[in-house]
Amino acid sequence: MSAPDHDAIPLLRRGFRLQWEPAQQAHVLLYPEGMVKLNDSAAQILTLVNGERSVADIVATLHQRFPEVPDLEADVLDFLEAAHGNHWLTER
Amino acid sequence: MATTGSPNAEIRPGPPLWLLAELTYRCPLQCPYCSNPVDFADQGQELDTGQWLDVFAQARAMGAAQLGLSGGEPLTRPDLVELVSGARELGYYSNLITSGMGLNRDKVRALADAGLDHIQISFQDAEEAGNQLMAGSRKAFQHKLEMARAVKAHDFPMVLNIVIHRHNIDRIGDIIQLCLDLEADYVELATCQYYGWAHLNRQGLMPSRAQLQQAEQTVADYRRRLEEATNPCQLIFVVPDYYEERPKPCMNGWGSMFLTITPDGTALPCHSARQLPIDFPNVRDHTIETIWHRSPGFNHFRGDAWMPEPCRSCDEKHEDFGGCRCQAYMLTGDAANADPVCAKSPHHHTIVAAREQAGTPLDQVPPLTYRNERNARLIYRG
Repeated sequence: MSAPDHDAIPLLRRGFRLQWEPAQQAHVLLYPEGMVKLNDSAAQILTLVNGERSVADIVATLHQRFPEVPDLEADVLDFLEAAHGNHWLTER
Repeated sequence: MATTGSPNAEIRPGPPLWLLAELTYRCPLQCPYCSNPVDFADQGQELDTGQWLDVFAQARAMGAAQLGLSGGEPLTRPDLVELVSGARELGYYSNLITSGMGLNRDKVRALADAGLDHIQISFQDAEEAGNQLMAGSRKAFQHKLEMARAVKAHDFPMVLNIVIHRHNIDRIGDIIQLCLDLEADYVELATCQYYGWAHLNRQGLMPSRAQLQQAEQTVADYRRRLEEATNPCQLIFVVPDYYEERPKPCMNGWGSMFLTITPDGTALPCHSARQLPIDFPNVRDHTIETIWHRSPGFNHFRGDAWMPEPCRSCDEKHEDFGGCRCQAYMLTGDAANADPVCAKSPHHHTIVAAREQAGTPLDQVPPLTYRNERNARLIYRG
């Protein structure tokens, strides 16, 4: 799978839901008979995935929030690629 | 055994993340591999709507996020839409696990409007005759096809579940193709696990090793084709543990994250545990908090202090927890023993014998006993 296009607009796949779970003190991704507990960076990225923001928008927003993080863009692209590979995301 | 307190009470488990609500044991089908208890006809009265909603709320407050609505056939509950709606308000991800019998287009729409997240429909085979042989119903197959299409039309993610056994395993390619034609998002090819009615019918259901290897090859071929076509459909092939040499980490450990509530309100650490000689608590008498943290039933096999040899000194005991307590009980008579699937178990020969029996020609095998009330009463007369 190739790295996502900057203009692509990712969207959670049908049947996937992201929500904050107080008992786990974490965001989780819920899908048919499955649940993935997300770490902080994965949650930061996925909460920006709304079917409207492009990959470039997501990277820019995270840059503003975390200007001190090196290689942020590469990390975001890697994560989105993996999320696509897991079929968590589709594109509009 | 049941009233000796809780030897492992000091072990504090995490929350019950998964709640399986077996709403009813009623079902129009008669599948001979049903995981319901073989004495289901003698169980107590079903919880009512208010009691179920209260169970949902209590478990959710403790951290349950995934909710399975199962049975029996959950669609026989007239209050199903109300229960789904309540679950959605609480923030659950709700999964309806159904045979599709009792479903119609209006019901699919009502469930979607109530906030149901996902529908899993079970098929018995890729063809009408095979479906009828297992389900004991003539009309089921066509109806299931129609309902699968209705589920997709309402934009639900769809899991199709097919229990695999010696009668249909050679058609696994056709079964996968049917699921792809129906645009399933996930296909669960669940080779029979031998609990409940399936244990009773094991000889008539268990595939041979050769059949299994051929099926694995077919599944691998389809996976490769799906990947090449970037088709997101996932094939989940559950291999029967009777062909393993190490046991499965059953339920990810006893009372570690799964909570099953049976139709009459009995709380179990897994949906098969009712058969064990352990006194399990009921939601009519105790809160979920008490049941999960303080009941002797749920604390019974937590931790590892209960393990006899060979588990006690085994360096894999925290990976597989000694396997499945129900399987240990069914095959050795003592639920604390190592699951005989494990090659280190002194009872492993029972598994080996079952594998050898699996090749027995069908005409030398006892006929399948179908899951219905009459048979349930015949088998468990006392």
